Amino acid sequence: MTKQILSRRSFIQASVAVGGGLMLGFHVPDALAASIGPRTQSTTTASGIEVNAWIVIDRDGTVTLRIPHTEMGQGGLTSVAMLIAEELNVDWSKIKTEFADANRHLRNNLEYKVMSTHGSQLVRLQHPHLMGAGASARERLKQAAAEAWGVDRAQVEAKLGVLTAGNRTGAYGEFAEAAAKVKLDKEPEIQKDPSKWWLLGKPRQRLDIPHKVNGSAQYAIDTRVPGMVYAAVKASPVPWGALKSFNFEAIKGRPGVIAAVPLKAVSGKRGQPDLQDSVAVVADSWYRAKTALELLPIEWEFGESAKANSADYFAEGHRLMEQKGLVSGKEDLKAAEIIAASKKVVTASYERPFETHARMEPINATVHVQADRVDVWAPTQDQSAAILLVAEQLGVDPKTVYAHTMFLGGGFGGNGAGGTGVTRQAAEISRQVGKPVKVIWSREEDLAQDKQRPLAVAKLSAAIGDDGLPTALFTRAAWFSLDGMNQIGGATADYGIYNIPYKIPHRHHERHNAKTHIPSSTHRAPGANQLGFMAEVFVDEMAIAGGWDPLEWRLKMTEGMEDWQLVLRTLKEKSGFRTDLPKGEGMGVAAVESHGTIAAACATVTVSRRGRLNIEKVLVVLDAGRVINPHTAAEQCEGSVCWELSHAWTGGLELENGRFVNTNFDTYNLLRIDQRPHVETILASSGGTKWGGLGEPAGPPAPPAVANAIYYATGKRIRATPFRSQDLTWV
Amino acid sequence: MQFTLNINGKSQTVDVEPETPLLWVLRDTIGLTGTKYGCGIARCGACTIHVDGQATKACQLPASAAVGKQITTIEGLSNNSSHPVQQAWVEIGVPQCGYCQSGQIMSAAALLARRKNPTDPEIEAAMADNLCRCGTYQRIMQAVRRASQIVQA
Repeated sequence: MTKQILSRRSFIQASVAVGGGLMLGFHVPDALAASIGPRTQSTTTASGIEVNAWIVIDRDGTVTLRIPHTEMGQGGLTSVAMLIAEELNVDWSKIKTEFADANRHLRNNLEYKVMSTHGSQLVRLQHPHLMGAGASARERLKQAAAEAWGVDRAQVEAKLGVLTAGNRTGAYGEFAEAAAKVKLDKEPEIQKDPSKWWLLGKPRQRLDIPHKVNGSAQYAIDTRVPGMVYAAVKASPVPWGALKSFNFEAIKGRPGVIAAVPLKAVSGKRGQPDLQDSVAVVADSWYRAKTALELLPIEWEFGESAKANSADYFAEGHRLMEQKGLVSGKEDLKAAEIIAASKKVVTASYERPFETHARMEPINATVHVQADRVDVWAPTQDQSAAILLVAEQLGVDPKTVYAHTMFLGGGFGGNGAGGTGVTRQAAEISRQVGKPVKVIWSREEDLAQDKQRPLAVAKLSAAIGDDGLPTALFTRAAWFSLDGMNQIGGATADYGIYNIPYKIPHRHHERHNAKTHIPSSTHRAPGANQLGFMAEVFVDEMAIAGGWDPLEWRLKMTEGMEDWQLVLRTLKEKSGFRTDLPKGEGMGVAAVESHGTIAAACATVTVSRRGRLNIEKVLVVLDAGRVINPHTAAEQCEGSVCWELSHAWTGGLELENGRFVNTNFDTYNLLRIDQRPHVETILASSGGTKWGGLGEPAGPPAPPAVANAIYYATGKRIRATPFRSQDLTWV
Repeated sequence: MQFTLNINGKSQTVDVEPETPLLWVLRDTIGLTGTKYGCGIARCGACTIHVDGQATKACQLPASAAVGKQITTIEGLSNNSSHPVQQAWVEIGVPQCGYCQSGQIMSAAALLARRKNPTDPEIEAAMADNLCRCGTYQRIMQAVRRASQIVQA
């Protein structure tokens, strides 16, 4: 390990960072301990000169970049490092990374600007200050060299970690100390022109890969703190049921059992409670805690929620489709009038069930409440939010709370806002038992109590003109969420239908916020993931009713929009889309814009007479404007397509008597390797001023493209998911 | 109950209830956290290890049933990530979040140990128990094919 004298705090971090190495005496190879991965997980341990909050340079020239964001599989660690390194101009093969200190961020007035990792926005929205940090440091290094050499800053060149002016040359490391003190008159501009980038835009191997092939990558669930105990928890099987009683005596004598801790519901700041009534069993190992919890007699009061069923929600959703809802954006009542008077009208209703995040890393958190400080290890997409959440739960000063950034075993929108309920549970239990505690939700608890993707219903109606194209579109959608879509956001909830690009003269959209006791949360590509399916299947219905080829329809309806034309023309050229395949085979297209990126997909399927679906290929064309790392762009595209097909084809949560029928991976079926389509990613970047996201947008067009392909293969129009529950047989 | 397990070539004495799944002995008793908990019912494969060379789900194997057997975890698959499967995984860039990948790699390594040149359907059959929520399946297929080349070279 490092030779530096470890403070108590860094001792805890270090012992965690190497997977219990210090604690248990396992040998960690020096090469591993010194390399990028595990180091990234102990916040800000780099020694050397801090040129600014993001950049530390050693005298020997080693450059460590501090990453304020979360690596949850999306390649963000690498992309953020690339953005800084592009402007700093350092040798990419030699940089090191570590995660930034969230406590410092809050203490120093949001020093890293944004720590949350969501909305496919690392590159999209954070590039100005990340590239700016690199550019600023570079100019300071140049200024320091210029002063030392008695030349003008403009004469100094900074390239790959070396400063040069005439015959003078020096490494960044020599000038780092002086650079940290330089005051610039004006911060430099960043380079936004992709043709001038030397590092960005070229495929790069991800920095986290070496640690994810040998078991050394540390996730929150792997946290080990000296003296730690474990807790298994159970909230009401019908979410938000009240805890009436439990009988600890029944399990008290079991091996290793330490305590049972009742936890009471706490309202969250964003209108959605974070912590439900629950019981935690604390033991000296998680398995002992879990088996004791299973034997603990608990009484709950479920209330009215125990009557809730998915089928009733769908029925209520369809009723709401006949009632006025909240108008999204501009009201255009002419749309309804035109449809009422039209000779040709297309109307269809669609349903999508609840879905769950099912991150492979089950929901967990470790918290250590001490007299003077609190340490938190949570799989969160926002470390700074985790600090505030724990501070609020414990009533302590956030400045005394330290959240350690770990790799996330999947995020997908479910680990925002600090990890919410589980983090509060761990904080509360640690306070009560006076020890560091690791809480893990069993997979069953994770599936039952996660904040889910809301169930949705929509009805779309269009008037078709003499040219076969729509003259008016009137749409309504209902979402079933606990908090009136507050956390997801109203505008986001309209995504997929409200923001379709098609030039329809009159358009009107309304939303219903329907109630359920099921907690809701963002779920990769929120809004667009549910409604995008409905809109893009309906587009095919409109096109076919008007006698149009669905792809030609989309090209026609986006005429004059250069980026849409680029994407759809590329799709046409690369996919070979056709509608005249023999029965049993089909191709389908769909296009959805989200997170500033246009994604168009063409799916190729076969369906046997008995209704067996095989998704052979999904080709996706993406316009994110510019792409930082084409390697991760393709990975995210492949992953997003599988993600959405895991819901639309194999998934679907079903609510019965207030709880989900699906309890684990035997009843919630995710896409498996033998079901994978071949995903081909094509980047069609329009450049301009566009910086789109890539972690989410490729998913939403995949299900409607498949549904539209199924139509051509079978003649059956699919208006609900999962496809596995639909009758796809044909004769 | 005290018993001795052979893990990654080393004898380790543990004191746990004999029915404790090996997964939790590896993770919590011994501290080998590369093997992951995903479902606890042998339906996701995140806990896949080798027991006498066979891909085995550690969440369903009582620790006492592994006495006298050679247990290999991801940490013991190779020194310096040099196993052909690990090499191929790095070359193709398979992992995203990475959480399931220890299990994926252990399943692939067990397959290639018994079948050096598997067909695609054989790869799919051997890997079908391993879920990946990030959807890295396409790259897993590529990487197993690549590892097969390395094994045969």
